[in-house]
Amino acid sequence: MFIDVTSNSPHPVIEANGLSRHFGDRVAVHDVNLKLHRGDILGFLGPNGAGKSTTMRMLTGNLAPSSGSVHICGTNLLDDPLEAKHHIGYLPEIPPLYKELTVDEYLRFAARLHGLAKTSLQIALDEVKQQCELNDVGKRLIGVLSKGYQQRVAIAQAIIHRPQLIILDEPTVGLDPNQIQKVRALICELGKTHAIILSSHILSEVESVCNRVQIMHQSKLVLDDSLDNLKRQNMNLENIFIQLTAGNTPTGESVQ
Amino acid sequence: MMMLTIAGKELKLLFASSLVWIFLAGMQLVLAWVFLGRLNTFLEIQPQLAQLANPPGVTEVIISPVFSVASIVLLAVTPVLSMRLFAEERRNHTLAMLISAPVSTSAIVLGKFMALMIFFCLIPLLIVTLAISLLTGGTLDFGLLGSNVIGLILLAGCFAALGLYISSLTSHPTVAALGCLGVLLCLWVMDIVAIESESAAHHFSLFRHFESFNIGLIDSFSLVFFLLFTITFLVLTIRHLEGERLNG
Repeated sequence: MFIDVTSNSPHPVIEANGLSRHFGDRVAVHDVNLKLHRGDILGFLGPNGAGKSTTMRMLTGNLAPSSGSVHICGTNLLDDPLEAKHHIGYLPEIPPLYKELTVDEYLRFAARLHGLAKTSLQIALDEVKQQCELNDVGKRLIGVLSKGYQQRVAIAQAIIHRPQLIILDEPTVGLDPNQIQKVRALICELGKTHAIILSSHILSEVESVCNRVQIMHQSKLVLDDSLDNLKRQNMNLENIFIQLTAGNTPTGESVQ
Repeated sequence: MMMLTIAGKELKLLFASSLVWIFLAGMQLVLAWVFLGRLNTFLEIQPQLAQLANPPGVTEVIISPVFSVASIVLLAVTPVLSMRLFAEERRNHTLAMLISAPVSTSAIVLGKFMALMIFFCLIPLLIVTLAISLLTGGTLDFGLLGSNVIGLILLAGCFAALGLYISSLTSHPTVAALGCLGVLLCLWVMDIVAIESESAAHHFSLFRHFESFNIGLIDSFSLVFFLLFTITFLVLTIRHLEGERLNG
């Protein structure tokens, strides 16, 4: 399919430089840098309210940054949003589902929204339903499905057009342990050919799936490292996380 | 292209709800009622009409009043149909999906507007089918019928654009509906004010402009006013959504 179109491209899948966002006087995100290549799975961590979701909204073009730039596969997201957005699949924190549509109708809409042609649409639909194990619910209304199914429909929506960059905001919330295992396996599988940003509060999930980790605290990045590197230094992710973010002082001067 | 995808989705959602079908049934009931009432009146006064030198025809006596009632019904229906277009997307957090997709804001807004207009076009269609039934007993003034259809569609366009804009301002469908109803009622009241005095309000009353179409007069000023009104609110909607992305 068209996964390989830009495979030899020299550009990183996503490159964000000096990303900042203010809401009035409040600084929500300050100077976040990010660079991912194909095959990278980034665990994006931080306590609630650290600015993770705001950062993700900026990376997907839902919110314009106050300063900084975002390049998706070499295309500037701010200058040419339509071209750049072709390469993004986004699962927001709250799954964007139309409860009155059936799973098939909804996924078809998602595919068409990303410009998939009629011919490749059916193939993409079958493939994504296979991957997310939605084969037996295609004709059912999304509103009557269980939370786990709904979450998987939302994941399917984000990957149906085979984007280069997949951004998943807490994808395993509401799933049972078996489904969590399957979704993690799916993420690992997708990570071989895509770049994935995964936000999560489950540290073990990040340790098992990701190869890189960034931690945000009080609107700044406080850690950006590869998991192998951390393991080599014999550091446990949970300890690091608590060490970096527990000093919840209003000034937050304890962090570098 | 993207516009059609959005419009298709909107129509699917619209017709998936029972609300729309109840509306269409209720609408047809009201219109048929008025239609039959006028038909009755026409048959009663027909002998007197025959004595006039230039008697009003069936279309003028029966169909024009039906269109006039339809314009009021449209006023009541628009808020309920337009409220969900953006407010509900926002409440269900589905707007993020549209915005993260490679679709321009104007395609989203125009797609939604188109879906609403396709639905609104069913109303003149219902009236035209009623009118066609009159052909069994006489002839119709197709010019008058046409001007009424055009007038109602243009009026619907204004209502739809206004409803869309108000819906884009809030994340509560109820607030959107009430706001839209309020503004439309204001416009209606303005019509009553305009009757009493020849003030500037006269030019801003949507119903005043519709009246000229209603009597078979396609006034270019009214036509331009309707189109400008519609375009203004569509542009405001697009601007508002883009501003939201910039300002959070």
